[in-house]
Amino acid sequence: MHRLYIVPTAIINIVIVLIPALLTVVLAFCNWDGISAPTFAGLDNFRALAADPVFWSALGNNIIWTVIFLIVPVAMGLLAASMLLIVRRGSNFFQVVYFLPVVIATVITARVWQGMIYGVLKKFGMPIPNPLAAPSMSLFGVATVDLWHWWGFLCVIFFAALRQVPQEQIEAARIEGATYLQMMRYVLLPGIRPTITLLMIMTVIWSFLAFDFVYILTQGGPAFSSELLSTLAYRHAFYDLNVGQAAAAALVISLFGLVGTFFYVRIQTKEGEQ
Amino acid sequence: MRLVESRATLIVCYVALSIFAFIALFPIALLVLNSLKPAAQIVQNPLGLPNPIRWENFAHAWSHAKFSKTFINSLIVSGTTIVLVCSTSSLTAYVLARRKIKSWKVFTFYLLATTTAPIQLYIFPLYFGFAKLGLINNIFGVALIYTALYSPFAVMLLRTYFIAVPKELEEAAIGRQVFWRVMLPIVSPGILTVALIIGLNSWNEFLVATTFLQKAENVTAVIAFYLLSGQYSSDWGEIMAAALIIVIPVVALFVFMQKRFIEGMAGGSVKG
Repeated sequence: MHRLYIVPTAIINIVIVLIPALLTVVLAFCNWDGISAPTFAGLDNFRALAADPVFWSALGNNIIWTVIFLIVPVAMGLLAASMLLIVRRGSNFFQVVYFLPVVIATVITARVWQGMIYGVLKKFGMPIPNPLAAPSMSLFGVATVDLWHWWGFLCVIFFAALRQVPQEQIEAARIEGATYLQMMRYVLLPGIRPTITLLMIMTVIWSFLAFDFVYILTQGGPAFSSELLSTLAYRHAFYDLNVGQAAAAALVISLFGLVGTFFYVRIQTKEGEQ
Repeated sequence: MRLVESRATLIVCYVALSIFAFIALFPIALLVLNSLKPAAQIVQNPLGLPNPIRWENFAHAWSHAKFSKTFINSLIVSGTTIVLVCSTSSLTAYVLARRKIKSWKVFTFYLLATTTAPIQLYIFPLYFGFAKLGLINNIFGVALIYTALYSPFAVMLLRTYFIAVPKELEEAAIGRQVFWRVMLPIVSPGILTVALIIGLNSWNEFLVATTFLQKAENVTAVIAFYLLSGQYSSDWGEIMAAALIIVIPVVALFVFMQKRFIEGMAGGSVKG
């Protein structure tokens, strides 16, 4: 009887996710244009990827992206969240403000930055060109937009976690005259370590999924300077109709995600068993 | 609670928090400000106040982005997704929370793994499969994809609500009515939270919508905005007006229901 309860979820998930995912694994070893019958190609798709300098620069960009997102928003989020804990009054207002960028659609955020900020930097008195148009800057230009959109989420979660640090510990540290940095280092950060670990694992996974902002702002350009593996795979599938190679790139993305997923699932199921 | 009581610390904190708030609000302010201006004024000075205010931007945006059609599309997609996710996920979450089946562990593990699977892992065969079945440009097809995409999150969140229901309460009731009469009413706040977050996600979603909806009259509002703003001929005042039209309902709902949103979004990540 109860087995029937999971059937709807299971069927939808298997049809939309599992079967296509297995097909992707098969397609990675095939030549396919999406229309005619696929032909077996062995490791050709992977060889073609390995020989493609854009693939390697996209992989490098993904790693840079991951490092940026492991540091900047986590630091901003922790800093702001700990200050919210200190001031208390007004913390809800600030929290809502920081979260606003999270609820705005990525396309809209992208266009606002593109047209209202990057497009008119000169009007703000900054003598620099549009970062999205410069190959050396484009990746960082896109990452900045995603950071703006993203950091508030981390801040709000950190703040929620910080409020659960036992009051007595904080009081005790205060009585002993702990400074802000000592308080962070010995009480607050250890107190929310599980949350930080989990979010850092998620950040690694999410970094390899990043797509929207690159696709909307630069399409991976100029000259592939902001290409990520996700946009590269998408381009192979839908612009070059080289679905086999897109599938191979997708497998590479998944491989990186898999490592993160392993740790993520382990932490989450451990929690569920308590 | 006060970590440090000194006035100076408090002032430093408020200043820093205000700087963060400025960073968050500045682009949003530009959006609002420039939605009221003619394009020429935006190019001249994006920071200047609109003079005169150009309300026509909104009328033009509304008709050029076909909002009277695409807004309905967005509502249908979000609504269908919410109904599908809430109904299927609450059943699954109940079974998994109460370990009603032997394979609860395997299934939980599977669902968690799919939340972290990159969409590129399945979107290509899915697209060509949908094309073969004639489901491209079908908004219900997109809602079905969203359901698969978001239900693992919903299951995990609802599971925590079901776990929190006291066992005695469940045992006091008998038979098949347990789920409908006892459990569902208690976890309904959780279902509302899930509905809000799933609604927000499907309203804003880009990658699936832009891939599976291609005809101008079938797209969601967000994709209509994407198409409008991608034309070089478009005027930035109108683009910002279109953006504001999409953002206002979302922001209003968020501010009104902030506690639920934040609690739900943080739900999976904070333990306690």
